[in-house]
Amino acid sequence: MDKKNNHDYLSAIQERFGSEVLAHEESFGMLNVELTPSKIHDAIAWLQADQELSVNYLTNIAGVHYPEALGREFAVVYQLHSWKNNIRLRIKGYLPKENLHIASITDLFDGANWMERETYDFFGIQFDGHPDLRRILNMDDMDYFPMRKEYVLEDATREDKDDRFFGRNNIEQ
Amino acid sequence: MGKIEDLETINGEGYQLTTLDKAIALARANSVWPLPFATSCCGIEFMATMGSAYDLSRFGMERMSFTPRQADLLIVAGTISKKLGPVLKRVYEQMAEPKWVLSVGACASSGGIFDTYSVLQGIDRIIPVDVYVPGCPPRPEQIIEGVMNIHELVKKESNRRRYSEEYKHLLESYQIEIDNGQEK
Repeated sequence: MDKKNNHDYLSAIQERFGSEVLAHEESFGMLNVELTPSKIHDAIAWLQADQELSVNYLTNIAGVHYPEALGREFAVVYQLHSWKNNIRLRIKGYLPKENLHIASITDLFDGANWMERETYDFFGIQFDGHPDLRRILNMDDMDYFPMRKEYVLEDATREDKDDRFFGRNNIEQ
Repeated sequence: MGKIEDLETINGEGYQLTTLDKAIALARANSVWPLPFATSCCGIEFMATMGSAYDLSRFGMERMSFTPRQADLLIVAGTISKKLGPVLKRVYEQMAEPKWVLSVGACASSGGIFDTYSVLQGIDRIIPVDVYVPGCPPRPEQIIEGVMNIHELVKKESNRRRYSEEYKHLLESYQIEIDNGQEK
């Protein structure tokens, strides 16, 4: 049996979704496809159900914040794997910061549950249809989404970085 | 260390007198039961400290207590995330008086290199600490030094520490309810 390659996957996706495929590229041998966010759930459902393509494994869901990209500040990245064809592919959807909603794929992959909670936890992306969308790694009473770039990485309450403690500043404060 | 000669005593033929405080302190200092709250590389160093080469059992400490209810010394070795903070505080609250806390390593003492949104910047923000051990991670010798400093505290500590105003204020500042065995 011939195994399908990246090109076969891309042409199948393009044939099925046409203008919904906004961009595509191959980086380090891995196919990247950008789709309209509202179509991503359907696309993954179709990739999973198709006997030939047989994308049966969800490796990861992640978020990315691009504060400079106006109207497409947040990316949701799905990494998928077909064991049958040994093909990995990456599906991306870009969301504007005013409307961070995308359909949950927990109905397709149970493993998406915690991955979507993590993406929500760090970026605040709302997965519509998720059964229990709440923080998973950070403490429950955290009041912001720490991986967004407007927030500094450092802990705001730290005191020992004061220069006075290192003899770099002789002025009494 | 744990010799009866170290105590201030009145000696006579066939008897030796000291105060009850001192005798109890000596017994306590030489049978401290630690609760290792180890989360990362400092925990590995602490395991070496427990092991045969460095041998904490020389101090009467070979009995690690994995329930806070039977522990005297809370050894916090490693990075404590903010999410773990309430758990640590709960463990401290469950320990019976008298109790001491040893903070092992840079992370437990100050957050260490993890100056980030998810890491507690020092356990002394949630529980009172008696001795800090610096290092990243500290060598077993340093941990033993910290343990010996705890012993010094234990020996000098009044049996009535928990009744003192100072101690009450300290625990109040951490919002820890004090159980001094008295009726409320």
